[in-house]
Amino acid sequence: MSAAEPTAAELGRRLRAGEVSARQLTEAALARISARDGRLRAFLRTSPERALVAADAADRRLREDPGAAPPLCGVPMAVKDVLCTEGVETTAGSRILEGFVPPYTATAVARLEAAGAICLGKLNCDEFAMGSSTENSAYQTTANPWDLQRVPGGSSGGSAAAVAGGLVPITLGTDTGGSIRQPAALCGTVGFKPTYGRVSRYGLIAFASSLDQVGPLARSVEDAAMAYAAVAGHDPLDATSLPEPVPDPMGTLRGPVRGLRLGVPHEYLAQDLEPGVRAAFDAACVVLTDLGAELVEVHLPHTDLALAAYYVLAPAEASSNLARMDGLRFGPGAPGSRTLREAYQRTRHDGFGPEVRRRVMLGTYALSSGYYDAYYRRAQQVRTLVARDFTQAFATVDAIVSPTSPTVAFPLGARTRDPLAMYACDILTLPCNLAGIPGISVPAGFSEGLPVGLQVLAPAGEDARCLRVAASYEAATSWAATGPPLEEAAV
Amino acid sequence: MTALPAVAPVGRAAEFEAVIGLEVHVQLLTRTKMFCGCAATYLGLPPNSNTCPVCLGLPGTLPVINQEAVALTLRTALALQCEIPKFSKFDRKNYFYPDLPKGYQISQYDLPLSQRGWLEFEVAGVERAAGITRVHLEEDAGKLLHEGELGSADHSLVDLNRAGVPLMEVVGEPDLRSPAEARAYVTALRQLLMYIGVTDGNMEEGSLRCDANISLRPAGSQALGVKVEVKNMNSFRSVQRALEFEIERQAGLLRAGEPVEQATRGWSEPEGRTVPQRSKEEAEDYRYFPEPDLPPLVIAREQVEAIRSALPELPRARRLRLQQDHGVSAAEAHLLTARAPEADYFEAVVAAGAPPKLAATWQLNELAGLCQRHHRPLEASGLAPERLAALLSLVEAGTINGGTAKELLAEGIETGADPARLAGERQLSQVSDAAALTAIVEEVLQAQPRAGRDFQAGNDRALGALVGAVMARTRGRANARLVDRLLRERLPRDPGP
Amino acid sequence: MPIDLDTVAHVAALARLGLSPAELEQAREQLSAILDAVDRLQAADTASVAPTAQVGDLRNVMRADEARPSLPVAAALANAGGRQEGLLRVPAIQ
Repeated sequence: MSAAEPTAAELGRRLRAGEVSARQLTEAALARISARDGRLRAFLRTSPERALVAADAADRRLREDPGAAPPLCGVPMAVKDVLCTEGVETTAGSRILEGFVPPYTATAVARLEAAGAICLGKLNCDEFAMGSSTENSAYQTTANPWDLQRVPGGSSGGSAAAVAGGLVPITLGTDTGGSIRQPAALCGTVGFKPTYGRVSRYGLIAFASSLDQVGPLARSVEDAAMAYAAVAGHDPLDATSLPEPVPDPMGTLRGPVRGLRLGVPHEYLAQDLEPGVRAAFDAACVVLTDLGAELVEVHLPHTDLALAAYYVLAPAEASSNLARMDGLRFGPGAPGSRTLREAYQRTRHDGFGPEVRRRVMLGTYALSSGYYDAYYRRAQQVRTLVARDFTQAFATVDAIVSPTSPTVAFPLGARTRDPLAMYACDILTLPCNLAGIPGISVPAGFSEGLPVGLQVLAPAGEDARCLRVAASYEAATSWAATGPPLEEAAV
Repeated sequence: MTALPAVAPVGRAAEFEAVIGLEVHVQLLTRTKMFCGCAATYLGLPPNSNTCPVCLGLPGTLPVINQEAVALTLRTALALQCEIPKFSKFDRKNYFYPDLPKGYQISQYDLPLSQRGWLEFEVAGVERAAGITRVHLEEDAGKLLHEGELGSADHSLVDLNRAGVPLMEVVGEPDLRSPAEARAYVTALRQLLMYIGVTDGNMEEGSLRCDANISLRPAGSQALGVKVEVKNMNSFRSVQRALEFEIERQAGLLRAGEPVEQATRGWSEPEGRTVPQRSKEEAEDYRYFPEPDLPPLVIAREQVEAIRSALPELPRARRLRLQQDHGVSAAEAHLLTARAPEADYFEAVVAAGAPPKLAATWQLNELAGLCQRHHRPLEASGLAPERLAALLSLVEAGTINGGTAKELLAEGIETGADPARLAGERQLSQVSDAAALTAIVEEVLQAQPRAGRDFQAGNDRALGALVGAVMARTRGRANARLVDRLLRERLPRDPGP
Repeated sequence: MPIDLDTVAHVAALARLGLSPAELEQAREQLSAILDAVDRLQAADTASVAPTAQVGDLRNVMRADEARPSLPVAAALANAGGRQEGLLRVPAIQ
């Protein structure tokens, strides 16, 4: 991304002014994907015809009444392949869903489309969103636009790379333990995980139901807020979706952070942070202080236990959520199997990659007779303690700031053989999912030429505050306007 | 086919006592499925035409609880005197089977909607009660069709029309001691459930499905024997037969000193025996855990009281009340309260002015017979209770006689006409005018002098013939009792020695 | 907590993963390492702590008993590999 790449907000202004049409933007974006994505491999597939039909519809809306068109009307976007799209293959990055064409569209995608945004296609991710590097995709690895030999983070790596690589201004990702924020940090984009329940999970292929949340990745906090505003809100098809009206994040986005108390978690800084990451975070704290915020140390004493709890709870739910992947009603299955058991075993052995099998094993074990109390129940209790940590911290501070990831983007293949090293990528992001609170990652400079993210966490329901702190920081810095240097070379 | 008699020789098995608990699965009378908007009624629909992404278990879909299913379950729980805990939740029961699209069944594990109630029933005229462990809610599975035998078919076919239909499970305590008790328990449960309108109770179509846990122990022992689960009993009769078979089978093993294996067996109606389905070694580990897609239920006390106060009068209470208030016999009260519409009808007839004893007799005999002949339930007889009451008033007042009333009733059921009005139109009023009847009696005696003599000589049947002759001359309208009296006065017998 | 091969095989069978002997052994090693890492849970003081299954305080989220259209049979089975006259065709159950 270069400073020249416009944001969705800017594109929206040009569309409403009639300077450009949705069809032109869509064709240009499809051309950029053709030109650049051979190296980034962010897209699993594009759906040009569907996109152009939508673009023409958006142009009609813009022509008829440009003032009434929603802010994202005509703006290209793309979505992580765990989100179902009617009539467009949806695989969740897994062989087991190869060829699956859903007869319905995920609520979040449908709402963006209803707001006039043009969906160009489906973005690569770790298989069933399980991973932190997008290397667990069954189809392809995605490159980090800042260094093509490095991972984009994950699991929403395609969503982050597509934004950072200038392919589309906005994407949707999902975040179960950091899967929006961590790749956003590693690719130098904004990534926002809303409060659990703010965005409908209907049509999101579940990884861990009590932790999953859909959210936007974008070039700016304003774009992320616009996309969030478009997708958030109650959905009767998701019983865990929050019924209250969503406070409009746009009105408060430019509000000051002066006077806000921001907590810096002692336990997060005690983690094994790369020095460049720590330095970038310290510099960000100075910026926030200069903006008038008061930074204070807070304690989240159960942070170390959070990782352990997460790696019991998420696999446990996943082992059950993935039970429907049996090859009988969808997916390639195992043709030629003589018995049902053989069909199940072949379908699931050949259809799942190693990491998914590992987590299904772990989750099945944690729920099985004799181990439930020691693992699953205990992890649920620890989850209570983790959530309580945040409640206590938020009694004294308005928001919490920290680095998003302990490291910058690591080389492709560096962690694939060590599951525990990969799991450690999420240490700063996953407690937020356990507590169900909102969190955002916003670009906060560089370490050795690679992006670093600043994470802002806010109490449940205070999504707008989360966005406001991030927007203030963004406005005081120029990181978001800096694009990856390789982009021109890639064109 | 069966090697055993249909009724187990109780005497022979008396060295053992059976301990039986029943689990009854009940399909609820909701419009839609448990967690999606597909229809809850699926009979007769083309395969897989009653499905949607949710009940097909397609990736990304989510369940949403049908509030009517919860309401019907709470109604049942209260009718069974259960406690309603404040907090309840759904759980996932994980296992793989082609009729279970999600790979788990949404059910309730440790915090069901209700627990600790009881059911009263009667067996051989003795009142009994059995504990209800819990009443909870879950979803049904689809249907598997096999071509040929399960063991030899090279494939199965799956119809998911039934997948996700609300299923209420009534789990009973092991309080039953004989197949007859088990049968009476299921009969009473079905009656209760139909009374409160939560199910159509159609066992043949699977609206009520019964599993049993049964173990044997030496008579007099308090220890529990090895438990066998018997599935697939879909009629009252098969409950009794299956349990009788299982008692004999287990008793045979125990007598021979062989162990009873803890296992699941299925009742095969055509073979008249239980056959092994799963042994304990193959028993699944269901890995229950809280369903993360569904927030828990918190049932407010006010809601419980509202449901309780909306409950209709339950069969037993109604039976006792009918006996007490209306003086009907215990046997009549039983029949009148077998189904709520029967009792409603009876009470409506009485409320419309009919004498209760007469109403009971007529409803249970004449009307029931006519309905049976026309293959209609009472509530669809077409005869309003007020019309039966009007007809019975004519009978009671002696305006028409019984025979006339029966004919009019039959015609009313046949044509939908008002029997009492027909009586008026056709001037079928009973002839109770003693002078007029005396004249006819004289005519008859002149025509049949021998019959008169026979009666006086002691032949009672001769009197019947004379009454019949009088009835014939009045086209059935004569007051039979009055004719009888007039004839006896006219033909005095010797007072005897 | 070390985990033995029988347990690993049982778990793999429960999950219908069809792991080969070599994969079972590898799974045993990896699961043991992960379980070692999560075993710190056992040290947590959770004596009087209620478990959290879900965040938020949603309760009694239910829908009215109202019908919604079902899918046409062709759409319902469109993604299925085995079909026969409107039914799903699956291998023999044994």
